[in-house]
Amino acid sequence: MSKRNSINRINDQVFKWFGIACTIFGLAMLAIFLYSVLSEGIPRLDWQFLTSLPSRKPENAGIFVGIVGSLWIMGLTALIAIPLGVASGIYLEEYGKKNMIASFIEINITNLAGVPSIIYGLLALEIFVRVLGFGKSLLTGSLTLSLLVLPIIIVATRESLKAVPNTIREASYALGATKWQTILYQILPASAGGIMTGVILALSRAVGESAPLIVSGALIYTSVIPSHPMDDFSVLPIQIFNWLSRPQKGFIVNATAAIIVLLGITFIMNGIAIYLRNRWQKKIKW
Amino acid sequence: MSGFAYSEMRIKEKIIEGLLLLSAAISILTTFGILYVLISDSYPFFQKVSLLEFFTDTQWTPLFADKHFGILPLVAGTLLTSGIAIAVALPIGLTIAIYLNEYASPGFRKVIKPILEILATIPTVVYGFFALVVITPYLQNFFPEMGGFNALSPGIVMGIMIIPLISSMSEDALYAVPKSLREASYGMGATRLQTSFRVLVPAASSGIIVSTILAISRAVGETMIVAIAAGQQPNLTANPLEPVETITTYIVQVSLGDVVQGSLEYQTIFAAGITLFALTFVLNNISFYFKKRFREKYE
Amino acid sequence: MEKISANNVQVYYGSNHVIKDVSLNIEPNTVTAFIGPSGCGKSTFLRLLNRMNDYIEGFRKEGDIFLDGKNIYDKKIRVEELRKEVGMVFQKPNPFPKTIYENVVYGLRIQGIKNKKVLDETVETSLKKAALWEEVKDQLTKSALALSGGQQQRLCIARTLAVQPSVILMDEPASALDPISTAKIEELIYDLKKNYTIIIVTHNMQQAGRVSDKTAFFYIGELIEYGSTKQVFTNPEKELTQNYITGRFG
Repeated sequence: MSKRNSINRINDQVFKWFGIACTIFGLAMLAIFLYSVLSEGIPRLDWQFLTSLPSRKPENAGIFVGIVGSLWIMGLTALIAIPLGVASGIYLEEYGKKNMIASFIEINITNLAGVPSIIYGLLALEIFVRVLGFGKSLLTGSLTLSLLVLPIIIVATRESLKAVPNTIREASYALGATKWQTILYQILPASAGGIMTGVILALSRAVGESAPLIVSGALIYTSVIPSHPMDDFSVLPIQIFNWLSRPQKGFIVNATAAIIVLLGITFIMNGIAIYLRNRWQKKIKW
Repeated sequence: MSGFAYSEMRIKEKIIEGLLLLSAAISILTTFGILYVLISDSYPFFQKVSLLEFFTDTQWTPLFADKHFGILPLVAGTLLTSGIAIAVALPIGLTIAIYLNEYASPGFRKVIKPILEILATIPTVVYGFFALVVITPYLQNFFPEMGGFNALSPGIVMGIMIIPLISSMSEDALYAVPKSLREASYGMGATRLQTSFRVLVPAASSGIIVSTILAISRAVGETMIVAIAAGQQPNLTANPLEPVETITTYIVQVSLGDVVQGSLEYQTIFAAGITLFALTFVLNNISFYFKKRFREKYE
Repeated sequence: MEKISANNVQVYYGSNHVIKDVSLNIEPNTVTAFIGPSGCGKSTFLRLLNRMNDYIEGFRKEGDIFLDGKNIYDKKIRVEELRKEVGMVFQKPNPFPKTIYENVVYGLRIQGIKNKKVLDETVETSLKKAALWEEVKDQLTKSALALSGGQQQRLCIARTLAVQPSVILMDEPASALDPISTAKIEELIYDLKKNYTIIIVTHNMQQAGRVSDKTAFFYIGELIEYGSTKQVFTNPEKELTQNYITGRFG
């Protein structure tokens, strides 16, 4: 009997160390990746790199076009996706509780969240570029990404609205407020923190996307700085992709430096979102 | 307040509700849009290429002079890379979930979980870089015959990317198992290992399955990692050391080139797209079924 | 004329018959207590008077309820107007997560009143009527959630008073409060009676005895007895009432 016990105990210990090893594996991979990026890329990172246009020579090339394009895309996507996403969330959570259309919409959103991002590119190629005639523009790109990240914003909005206690709604109605007044003046302000968290996470995802944009017509190589929503554009991840496809080592180094910038943006945005989430969760201790 | 102002207000409330409903209905439009585009743009393709040829031809060469339209090489590439990804992510992710749940202290768990989540936020081009520039050269130490483009490297990197998907969701599923089951097992003298595998994992199986299927779906739909590191050669193979092309990277390849709109070559990306959509749609709905089962069990 | 009169009111939640044929009249400027064991329908009936039950799934009503002679369930009635006339204070204090000032003026803002002078005056008057002014007059921009439970409840009363109702409904307003705060609330009710008609649901019979002029005893959806508080408590007509009052069942 005790021999069985010892075996059991040994197995338990072995698994414990295996568990630690697996956890360390994940962390180690993260560390190795970050190290490889930083070590190769930091030397290349300088003001010239940030402000130069693309070039056939790696030493002259820079990410200015990509940064401007990414900023444009983030801004336009925010303009489109935030009102649509928050409005959808409000409808589903505050108005549509029992009706069939709301359930159908919910099923749609759940399914859409699992659709590969490149499919959105195909949708955009046909509908936005061709049928609606927006062409291969910033507008098309931001519409594409808006549809892609809409579920993120909708879910975050719904969670935040749900977290507002019903007693607040009751108090508002008892004072003679209408449903919309209650939502606008009490519930939205109280859920703003959670909604913003979702928005930032959605935009952070959008800034890192490349596949749907490539399919819907973002340019791989362009020296033109966009100045209008109908202009051609490229974004930082696509520039990185382009450089990684070139054989010259100099471009690989460029890609590394650009990755540092992209990761920096991504991590800062996610960090802000997490900070907001923590602050908001502390705040709503009614 | 006069009656006139009253009905004005009622109308305003109704209009607002209508606008909100329209916003929410965008998602219905999106679904229909996707279905419409995929079906209507691949339909002409399937009129020229029979379904039999599509599913059985072993070559995919729509852009060459000698055109073949068999989807199998692309499907093989997708399955190979996704298979490697799951082979990496499932054991590691599940082990991490069990470890964090039963072995680790709550403080450790609180710190580690968010750090692992970082893996899920890294843009996929960056992962593509790791696969091409870090992992492939490293693997070439073990497989000197392997070329710079192969299926193993992006497969492993995809696996690393989806570890948090499996570990987080599985951990939540394990956490949801009622305390009474744990106590019963420990009370009989079982170790953490035995409790985990004989009691907890089976009890949380629906949740774990959901996380796995979602991770597979994510891997199947992944584009950039494979586009950067796997080469873009359709190749019907099970050998991970060879370059492959997946359904997704084919679509990117065509988008990068100059293909005439409306041509047969152009339509191939929609044929590929609808195949991909069908695959992930089936996977996702299987996972919804299991998710329902999981919910019913614990609520 | 009665302030409020209810005639043969029935309430159903789905197939549940929760209020069974209740009729009663309430005189203006009185305090009426609704008492009865848990689940007897007293809160449900209270909520009929400002139509807060309208939001409940499966709610159905028969019979009529009149306020100042007007049927409050008439289709032409604007429920938002009704609620300005009939205010409500809830069991658990539910101030908005805003400043004290903003809590009190909310009811005015939603009516479109923006004049700062009007708002400032209303804040002072309402907080004074709610016996809270002295305690918070220098901290109007403080968050309402930072107040104690008793203060929060008086704030909720103040914001209800700010819209100038003629009826105030109170659903167990002191049950979540400590004895000192409870005493303050009861004092307040006694003062408010001069200018408002008050209906208070309470499970605390001593409280009902202290503050109310008339008492209605509910039991499983029926109105068992309704009369002057003195009479109901010292010489009830029904045996059921007698048993409840003496604590035979709770």
